[in-house]
Amino acid sequence: MDDVLEIAGRRFSSRLVLGTGGAANLSVLERALLASETELTTVSLRRADTSGGPGVLDLLRRLGVGTLPNTAGCRSAAEAVLTARLAREALDTNWVKLEVVADEDTLLPDPFETLEAAERLVADGFTVLAYTNDDPVLARRLEDAGCAAVMPLGSPIGSGLGIRNPHNIELIVHRSSVPVVLDAGIGTASDAALAMELGCAAVLLATSVTRADEPERMARAMRDAVRAGREARLAGRIPRRFWARASSPAVEGAG
Amino acid sequence: MRVLINGHAHELAEPCTVAAAVTAVGAPERGTAVALDGDLVPRAEWARTELTPDARLEVLTAVQGG
Repeated sequence: MDDVLEIAGRRFSSRLVLGTGGAANLSVLERALLASETELTTVSLRRADTSGGPGVLDLLRRLGVGTLPNTAGCRSAAEAVLTARLAREALDTNWVKLEVVADEDTLLPDPFETLEAAERLVADGFTVLAYTNDDPVLARRLEDAGCAAVMPLGSPIGSGLGIRNPHNIELIVHRSSVPVVLDAGIGTASDAALAMELGCAAVLLATSVTRADEPERMARAMRDAVRAGREARLAGRIPRRFWARASSPAVEGAG
Repeated sequence: MRVLINGHAHELAEPCTVAAAVTAVGAPERGTAVALDGDLVPRAEWARTELTPDARLEVLTAVQGG
């Protein structure tokens, strides 16, 4: 297919980025990753002697899925920069999903710390994909700072509330010259389709698949939804009309 | 010598390098990164970076997330 996603010169034929968080075990994760046909997935960096183990990297290597380390859990620019540097060392990639959240209840991005971290990481040679609020001004500032992609949330991480402010997402898409990846808040397939219909270049999701009753099946649904939404976007939807417009020819001489 | 690795106290024989400490906690060399007292130690320097008493070492690896 010619319609490829390009981020920082790297090309992807899948527009779905499936995060690895929340999967009950590696076998469930493997089946979901395969069903999703994703080519890029997120991982986190944690202390080596705690739960998780080294298995996930081996799995991703075996499946040929690219790793996108995130800075999840960081609350300040300084923490995020150190975590990104550690991830670069551990995973041999200069790509990073920058995520700096303000508090544990909302997990909403801290705009000030996110922007500062983005500037420092770009200066340090990172390819930064920045998780951000659905704020067109902040998205623009992150792009100006040199981020390779901006990733606005649809709603808070793990909430499954979908896209709460579709118009803001459209505004971000309209003004952005880097790919816009809808990240966080996807609950079900129609949310992912909507993100693509609004013009997003890709969708990043995890919880809605990994914590679904049937993760593999939901991964397939998301794959298809992202494709359908993308096709609809490219096809060009009809304008909304207040009044009906007959789709059959008028009846002549009737009555 | 007492050092703090991932928040836990470890008693290690002197002299002790970062490489030895990584082995001590059973972390694989591949896919692992180390911070010493808050600063990244590149892998190439693990073997020649000696720890001082009460050093704080973070040994990190990739896990499911995001």
